[in-house]
Amino acid sequence: MKNPSKKRLLAATLAALVLPCAPAFAQVSTGGNYTLTLAVFAVVIALTVWVTYIAAKRVRSASDFYTAGGGVSGFQNGWAIAGDYLSAASFLGIAGLISLYGYDGFMYSVGWLVAYISVLLLIAEPCRNIGRYTLSDILAYRNDPRKTRIFGALSTITVSTFYLTAQMVGAGVLVKALIGIDYEVSVLCVGVLMLGYVLFGGMVATTWVQIIKAVLLVCASIIIVVLVWAPYGFSLPGFLADVVADPKVQARVASLLGDPAKTMSATELGQRFLEPGLYFKAPIDQISLGMALVFGTGGLPHILMRFFTVPSAQQARKSVVWAMVVIGGFYVLTLFLGFGAAKHVGPAVIAGVDAGGNFAGPLLAQYVGGGPDSFFGNFMLAFVSAVAFATIVAVVSGLVLASASAMAHDLYVGVVRAGKETSPKAQVTAARVATIIFGAMAILIGIAAKGQNVAVLVGLAFAVAASANFPCVLLTLYWKRCNTGGIVAGLLIGTIAAVGLTLVSPNLTYPLAVKAAAHKVLDGQAAKRSTDDEAIASGDEAAVAKAKKDLAALDKAAIKAKADIAKWGDETTSFMGLEKPAFSLKNPGIISIPLGFLSVILGSLLFRDKRAEGMWNEVYARQNTGIMVSKASLGH
Amino acid sequence: MATPENIDWDAIIRDPRFQTLHRRKTLFLWGLMIVSVAYYFLLPVGAAYYQDLFKIKVWGVINVGLLFALSEFVVAWAIAVFYSRRAGKEFDQLAAQIAAQYAPKG
Repeated sequence: MKNPSKKRLLAATLAALVLPCAPAFAQVSTGGNYTLTLAVFAVVIALTVWVTYIAAKRVRSASDFYTAGGGVSGFQNGWAIAGDYLSAASFLGIAGLISLYGYDGFMYSVGWLVAYISVLLLIAEPCRNIGRYTLSDILAYRNDPRKTRIFGALSTITVSTFYLTAQMVGAGVLVKALIGIDYEVSVLCVGVLMLGYVLFGGMVATTWVQIIKAVLLVCASIIIVVLVWAPYGFSLPGFLADVVADPKVQARVASLLGDPAKTMSATELGQRFLEPGLYFKAPIDQISLGMALVFGTGGLPHILMRFFTVPSAQQARKSVVWAMVVIGGFYVLTLFLGFGAAKHVGPAVIAGVDAGGNFAGPLLAQYVGGGPDSFFGNFMLAFVSAVAFATIVAVVSGLVLASASAMAHDLYVGVVRAGKETSPKAQVTAARVATIIFGAMAILIGIAAKGQNVAVLVGLAFAVAASANFPCVLLTLYWKRCNTGGIVAGLLIGTIAAVGLTLVSPNLTYPLAVKAAAHKVLDGQAAKRSTDDEAIASGDEAAVAKAKKDLAALDKAAIKAKADIAKWGDETTSFMGLEKPAFSLKNPGIISIPLGFLSVILGSLLFRDKRAEGMWNEVYARQNTGIMVSKASLGH
Repeated sequence: MATPENIDWDAIIRDPRFQTLHRRKTLFLWGLMIVSVAYYFLLPVGAAYYQDLFKIKVWGVINVGLLFALSEFVVAWAIAVFYSRRAGKEFDQLAAQIAAQYAPKG
C-alpha cells in the first residue's frame, strides 16, 4: 500500500465518514504505517457507526435517550461502566507512569478500582431505586426541586466540562501523534463522531460504543500481555527479575535519583524500580489524591447516570461487580504493559515521545508485534491506536450525555417549564438541542485549550465530584435531616473549595519560581564548565568524551533557562496574581471533601425543612425496597 | 397501580421486617465500607512511611510493597463478591417481601 493515490483514497473514505473536510497530514512521531492505521481506524469507526444506526431506530422517548429505556442488563452495563471510566488518562497514562516510575505508577492504579467499593455499597442501588435520569433527580426528590435542580445541574456541568476538556485536549494530542492529522482536525473528528453517536443513538448508542471500546481495550491488552509474558513461562518473579536487570531501567532509576544513585550497584538500581517513592514525593498530597478518587467516583454524573440504564437495584449491583472485574483486571494487565514497555521500549525512548509516558502502551504493542519495520508490529500499533481513539470518543460521549441531560432534563424541563406538561417529543428535542450545544462547546474548548497542561483537570473533576456531589448524594440518601439548604450549601462550597484551592495550588505556573530556577541553572554553570574544560585539557580520551557530552547538556539547559526567563519577562505573579502558591498541596481533596460534608450538615441544620424530613420515610423505604422503581414501560 | 400517595410509607418503616433489613444493612454496609477504605489508605501510608517494610523481598525480586498493592485488588474483589452474595441471598428477599405486601403489582 505504498501507492499515494490509494493512500489518499482511504483517507478520503475515512474523512467522508467522519468529517466534512479532508484531514491535513503531518509527521507521524511513532513511526507506524499510516495507511494501515487508517484502515484499522476505519473498521473500528464503521463498527460503532453501524451500532449507532441500529440504535437510532430505538430512540423515541426521553427515557430511551437518557437511559436506553432502562433495558440494559447488569453484565452489559458493567462493561459500559468500564468503557465510560477507563479514559485515555487511565488507559495510556497509568501504563506510562509504570513504565517511567515503576512501583508508584502501579500503586496509583489501585485507587481507581477501590473507588467502586463505595459506589457498590452506598450509591448504586439506592440511586437506581429513587432516581430516573440524572444526579439532580436524586437530590431533588425530597428537596426544593427548583433550587436543587439548578445547583445540581451546574455542578454536573462543571465536573463534566473539566473532565471533557482534559479528554478533548488528550484526543487532539493523541490522534495527531498516532495517525498524523493536525491537532484541530483531530479534535473536530472526535467531536463530530461523538455528536453523531449521541445525537442519533442517545444512551443506546453511547452504551454500545462504550461496551465495544471496553471489549477492544481488554482484548488488545490481553494479546500484548500474553506476548510479553509468555517468554517467561508466565512466571511473575521471572518477568520482573528480567525487567529490573535491564540496563535501560537501571539508567532510568539512576537519572531519577540523581546523586544518591552514584553509590548504588546496578542490581540495587534495578530493584529500586519496584520500590515506592520514585514518583510520589509528598505523602499527604498522595492521600489527598486517593480521597478524591475513592469518594469522587460516586459523584461523577456520567458514571451515576449509567445506573439508570438498568431495570433494577439487583442489576445495578451486578453492573458494579462486573465493572470492578473489568476495571481491576485491566489494571492488573497494566502492570505488565508498564513494566514490559520499560524493558522492551525503554523509559528514555518512551519519555522522548511524550513526557507523560502516554505512548508506552502503543509503543510496546508495536514492539511485541515485531517492531516498526514489520507488518504485525504496525498492525498492533494501529490496533492500539484505534482503541485509544475509541476510548476518547466513548468517554466524551458519556460526558456530553450527562451534561446534556442536566441542561435539558433538569434546567429546561425541571426548572424553566416547571409545573407544565412537556410532551415526550419536546423532551427528546430538548435533549438533542442540549447535545449539540455541549458537543460544539467540547470542540471549541478542545481547540482553545491547545497546548495547555490539562492533566490537572481530571484530578479537579474528581475533587469537585468528591467535595460537592458525593456528600450531597450520600447525605440525602442516608441522613434524615438533610435538606435543600444543605444540598445548596454543599454543592456551592464543595465546588468553590475544590476549584479555589486548585487555583492557588502549585499546579499553576509561578513566574518568580520559574525564573529563580532558571537563574540558578545559569549561575551553576560556570563552575561545571570550568571542570569540564579542565577535563578536556587533560587529554584523557574517556574524560574528554564525557566532558564534551556534559558541555552539550549544559548548553541545552542554558538555552531552556534563557527561554524561560525571556518568556516570563517582568511577570511576577501567577494567573491568579500570586507570587507563590497559597496552598501547598496539588490535590485539594483532603481539605475540600470534609468541608463539603460540613457544609451539607451545617446548611441542613441552619435551614430546617419540615417537608424534607417528612418525606424521609418515603425516600428511605423506596431506596431499600425498590418499590416504584422507574421503568421504561411506566413512561413517567 | 401504586403511586406515592396510596402507599403507606410510614407503615413500611415501622414494619419489623424493614427494621431488620435496615439494621442488618446499616451494620454490614458501613462496616465493609470502613474496612475497605482503611485497607486502601494503608497502601499510600505504607509506601510513604514504612518503605523499609515495603522493600523486603519475599518472592524473587517481588517485595512486600508489590504484594500489598496486588492484595488491594484481591480485597476489593472479595468485598464485592462478599457483599453481592449476602445482598442477593438476604437483603433482596426481605425487600421483595415488603414490596409485595405494601405495593402489590398491577
